[in-house]
Amino acid sequence: MNLHEYQAKALFADYGLPVSEGYAVDTADEAVAAAEKLGGTRWVVKVQVHAGGRGKAGGVKLADTLDEVRAFADHWIGRHLVTVQTDANGQPVSKIYVESCIDIDRELYLGAVVDRGSRRVVFMASTEGGVEIEQVAQATPEKILRQAIDPYVGAQPYQGRELAFQLGLQGDQVQQFMNIFLGLAKLFEELDCSLLEVNPLVITAAGDVHCLDAKVTIDGNALYRQKRLAELRDPTQEDARELEAAAHNLNYVALDGNIGCMVNGAGLAMGTMDLVKLHGGNPANFLDVGGAATEEAVSEAFKIILSDSNVKAVLINIFGGIVSCATIAEGIIGAVQEAGVEVPVVVRFEGNSSRQGRQILLDSGLNIIAATSLTEAAEKSVAAAGGQA
Amino acid sequence: MSILVNKDTKVICQGFTGSQGTLHSEQAIAYGTQLVAGVTPGKGGIEHLGLPVFDTVAAAVAATGATASVIYVPAPFCKDSILEALDSGIQLVVCISEGIPILDMLAVKAKLDTTGARLIGPNCPGVITPGECKIGIMPGDIHLPGKVGIVSRSGTLTYEAVKQTTDHGFGQSTCVGIGGDPIPGTHFIDILALFQDDQATEAIVMVGEIGGTAEEEAAAFIEANVTKPVVSYIAGVTAPPGKRMGHAGAIITGGKGTAAEKFAALEAAGVRTVRSLAEIGDALAEITGWD
Repeated sequence: MNLHEYQAKALFADYGLPVSEGYAVDTADEAVAAAEKLGGTRWVVKVQVHAGGRGKAGGVKLADTLDEVRAFADHWIGRHLVTVQTDANGQPVSKIYVESCIDIDRELYLGAVVDRGSRRVVFMASTEGGVEIEQVAQATPEKILRQAIDPYVGAQPYQGRELAFQLGLQGDQVQQFMNIFLGLAKLFEELDCSLLEVNPLVITAAGDVHCLDAKVTIDGNALYRQKRLAELRDPTQEDARELEAAAHNLNYVALDGNIGCMVNGAGLAMGTMDLVKLHGGNPANFLDVGGAATEEAVSEAFKIILSDSNVKAVLINIFGGIVSCATIAEGIIGAVQEAGVEVPVVVRFEGNSSRQGRQILLDSGLNIIAATSLTEAAEKSVAAAGGQA
Repeated sequence: MSILVNKDTKVICQGFTGSQGTLHSEQAIAYGTQLVAGVTPGKGGIEHLGLPVFDTVAAAVAATGATASVIYVPAPFCKDSILEALDSGIQLVVCISEGIPILDMLAVKAKLDTTGARLIGPNCPGVITPGECKIGIMPGDIHLPGKVGIVSRSGTLTYEAVKQTTDHGFGQSTCVGIGGDPIPGTHFIDILALFQDDQATEAIVMVGEIGGTAEEEAAAFIEANVTKPVVSYIAGVTAPPGKRMGHAGAIITGGKGTAAEKFAALEAAGVRTVRSLAEIGDALAEITGWD
């Protein structure tokens, strides 16, 4: 689960990390009031969306007057911001973060992820702040410094010092950096993060180490024990159909093709999409109805798939394990009748009672095409959707 | 011969009296698995499915001599259950549950590395040696005792591979679902090493998917250590970057973990890859010369 910058910075402040003073606001009037409250003659105004690349897309601005603060808020609130990390529609902007401005001497990078290879939380630091770390990793991998955290003993001060000296920090900056490193490590563990980024971490003109940006991703599987963080979820930043699917324990990801896919199991769901593509079609979505694939799940899955107007055919691929294909066949018939499915539906059953399931579909008199193999199912769904793309 | 489990493996079930534990334990018993006891804290002393229930894994191990445990407890309690099994001397822990916090798995994995024990999963279908021992949620009847070792990150894709090798008459030595999480207890290379040393396994099917670098590591391992024929399929060619495809571990991040990279690494290592998951059985027949 992603957090907004303003939410992440509030958490940083809770952990004693140096962040600028700021206010998240919903209206232009509030934005001006926030700037007045902050004082000074220059502010940073930032749109709050769950996407990187805001600066380049015009979603971050230095404002030298209160009128500029107002104009920025007026322009963005209620609009969508399109960045390199969003889709073509962009992310809706409902909040602006107004922050006091500081003068910057140097920009660094500090982040932490769960590293799958080493099975550790790994901190990464770089002198190349302000740009995407993936680009740095690609172009100049030697510029990324690393420290792996031992799950038994946690982050140690020397690890922070090592990074600080390697980054070329001096004097008080070493201690400041070490404190930030230890604070972030504590936050990562206590708040069940899966990713943390401070990009950029800056050296101010006054010579202090300061967290200028903050990105926090919380492990969705840990929200049951992070109730306070679960409340920070902003559903407006997520895909409406994915949210609807999740509410019914379905996994759905929208794609841009025209063959709706309904499959049990995540791996088989991906495999089915790939098979559609291999046979010249284009999958409209990833959808895992789960191992049980009950009538209710099938019915909800149909509604979500058909809410995409591009869908010209639906391919249902079920490997009946514990659950019987005959039961699922009844579920499909019920759902097709209830949802009034007008596009052709191709069904491939395998495993438990698959022959029986196929027969039930054939006897139903509905526009359901029963396939006897995976390949046939893919071919028939591509043909049903109007041929090869 | 087989790997990990056989007809003599004594198994206990943690979360035995819950709905999932009950359903799948019934099926395991019917399959012939030597399920010898269950563990549900607070229910020690009762009998369930004709087997004794214990309060702790230690008590169940002491009474039965079990060496394997299967875990069906809800995700928030899995770390505790896995550690309890490891500390009680269980050598093979199979965790079926999905949704374990990733930091819990980092701690479990660190502990696991200090023991000689093995954890299969979490978020997996389990392990089966056909005709001998079924630990997990896979349908037993699609399997056939035989000569193909199958290892996979996905449950239903494992079933597809099993079905095809059964239809061809090759059968399976052992099938291992290592699970779809980003931090699994066991990796492809661990199972590949076991299959390479197992006399009953004459060929290997490896089913991977997008995310992480386990398939690339497996490719390097196969090139250096595996002499048996290997067929591999990778799911997720059409998966968009940055999106989690159902499994917590199935995500392309920062341009890394794509199916294309994995296919390329495996092909460079001499592995026979298939682009269609329907062709796993045919590809096996082709490279082994089996009818």
